[in-house]
Amino acid sequence: MVTAIAPETTYEKVYERPRILIEVHTHYCPGCTHGVAHRLIAEVLEEMGLRERTIGVASVGCSVFAYNYFDVDFVEAPHGRAPAMATGIKRMLPDRIVFTYQGDGDLASIGMGEIIHTAARGENITVIFINNANYGMTGGQMAPTTIPGQRTTTTPNGRDVRRSGFPIRMAEMLATLEGPSYVARRSLHDPRNIRLAKKAIRMAFEAQVRGLGFSFVELLSTCPTNWGLSPIEAMQWVEEMMIPVFPLGEFKVVPELKGLRV
Amino acid sequence: MPRELLKGNEAMAEAAIRAGVEAYFGYPITPQTELLEYMARRMPELGRVFVQAESEIAAINMVYGAACTGARVMTSSSGPGISLMMEGLSYIAGTEVPCVIIDVMRGGPGLGNIAPSQGDYHQIVRGGGHGDYRVITLAPATVQEAIDLTVLAFDLAEKYRTIAVVLTDGSIGQMMEPAELPPMREVPRTRPEWAVTGAQGRPRRVLTSIYLDPYEEEKTNQRLLERWRQIQAHEVRYREYYLDDAEIVVVGFGIAGRVALSAVRAARAEGIRVGLLRPITLSPFPYAAIEALCRQARAFLVVEMNAGQMLEDVMLAVARRVPVAFYGRMGGVVPFPDEILEEIRRVVRQPPRLEEDPREAWFQRWSLAR
Repeated sequence: MVTAIAPETTYEKVYERPRILIEVHTHYCPGCTHGVAHRLIAEVLEEMGLRERTIGVASVGCSVFAYNYFDVDFVEAPHGRAPAMATGIKRMLPDRIVFTYQGDGDLASIGMGEIIHTAARGENITVIFINNANYGMTGGQMAPTTIPGQRTTTTPNGRDVRRSGFPIRMAEMLATLEGPSYVARRSLHDPRNIRLAKKAIRMAFEAQVRGLGFSFVELLSTCPTNWGLSPIEAMQWVEEMMIPVFPLGEFKVVPELKGLRV
Repeated sequence: MPRELLKGNEAMAEAAIRAGVEAYFGYPITPQTELLEYMARRMPELGRVFVQAESEIAAINMVYGAACTGARVMTSSSGPGISLMMEGLSYIAGTEVPCVIIDVMRGGPGLGNIAPSQGDYHQIVRGGGHGDYRVITLAPATVQEAIDLTVLAFDLAEKYRTIAVVLTDGSIGQMMEPAELPPMREVPRTRPEWAVTGAQGRPRRVLTSIYLDPYEEEKTNQRLLERWRQIQAHEVRYREYYLDDAEIVVVGFGIAGRVALSAVRAARAEGIRVGLLRPITLSPFPYAAIEALCRQARAFLVVEMNAGQMLEDVMLAVARRVPVAFYGRMGGVVPFPDEILEEIRRVVRQPPRLEEDPREAWFQRWSLAR
């Protein structure tokens, strides 16, 4: 039996695409959380009314094409250099909102010098750091954030810390510096954590709008294709394997931001 | 403006300021450090941007970011630092944004030394970074010219949306001589239509150097080449000295050209019909001027402070029509005028042969002399 929908039925729209998020097909893999991170940034920029003031800096890695998804001005930086480029932009246009979007290979390996010094200068920009524990774009090599024992194409028997060293906890490290105003690590593996991630992104942009200096949000993300897991297994892997190595939380919040409700 | 006694590095810094540079990003390295230090004092005084970067890699990427906003920006360094900047240069070229770079050359390769050299010719003139691009390269021989070419570099960079390099060396950077600074120009207030400034009341803009589709990348390459053809057609610059009746033509750039001029004058006093062509734009190179001189010259003598890097461009222009001789000093050694005078005399005495390789002939003589 076919039940026709009554013509007088109206629907209330309770959830829609942020206007800043451009309606295009994604190039990210199924189950990858880059799309979630993009959406959260777009929602925050929209809610804060920053579309016409924002300049994004894309990096090298899977997010090299981040600029395809945001309806804001964008530049594309050399590998690891996004914070330096963002510094140049912000110094010329201090009243604009400048953010970088970088992966773990980009930020924590080749770009370690740039991120540390940009944070130390207290450069008034926001950095969104996607930590998925491997190099996604090049096909799943060991990253500085690969966890001990994790198999990658360059640690085929699992990361052996005696030969390949230990993962780097960027958020904790940056939080030791004087320059940053806000440093947090959140995860994108379930709805509750996604909401917390959005709050952290909001706090980071609020810090920049208030001129409080460098703000940084690390987001634990999935890479099902290179991890060899299904999207659901990948979410579980974040929770069970990554969070113990990369604990969630706020590592630095300057007093001016405390008590801010977002 | 009155003539003042000015140090090369500081004169270039002040020239850039008067040309309206809005931001300077740099890192210490001898023999250019005074430029960085001068900017550290002057830029904040004028309410302009100065950042000491954590590395030359960061410095050039700050330049890249600032250039994307349409601002007038620059950096300066010397060989080892310029090498680190090469990645950024390639991206800046690929993104088609303008900037000015001053390379105060020192002896190399490697850490080399801090003495004046011209060893970065290939690196700068041939592009240096990966991919297919060229940069405008200006070579001053005096502090005055260093000032004038620094100002010109900004104008050319912006006119053609390209990188312009002032390729100088430790001697010009460190020497003091009388020179006149230009008047202070207005800092540009409007931003070009391609600049990334926040999409206020307009569609967004994206500045990138990635074109995954080879046909799109090829179009970018074509656009760069078309621009380069315009630069070649309109921006070749050189100075001629005593060339009207010259049978021997000395070719030298920068400080080597200046030392060669003293030698040419001394040789003229001995009755030798010799003149000097001093390229000011090493890129675009004055091929046509050298080609034209082939009609009157019996021989060319190329003088450089490297192992014959510009020599290759001179030989391209001469195309074996006239014999070419070479004289070079390397490793940070500056030739004395007498050395070059002796080379001019030798060219008169024993003219180079058309079939000989000038670098090889020079190397053989040099080895024998040792």
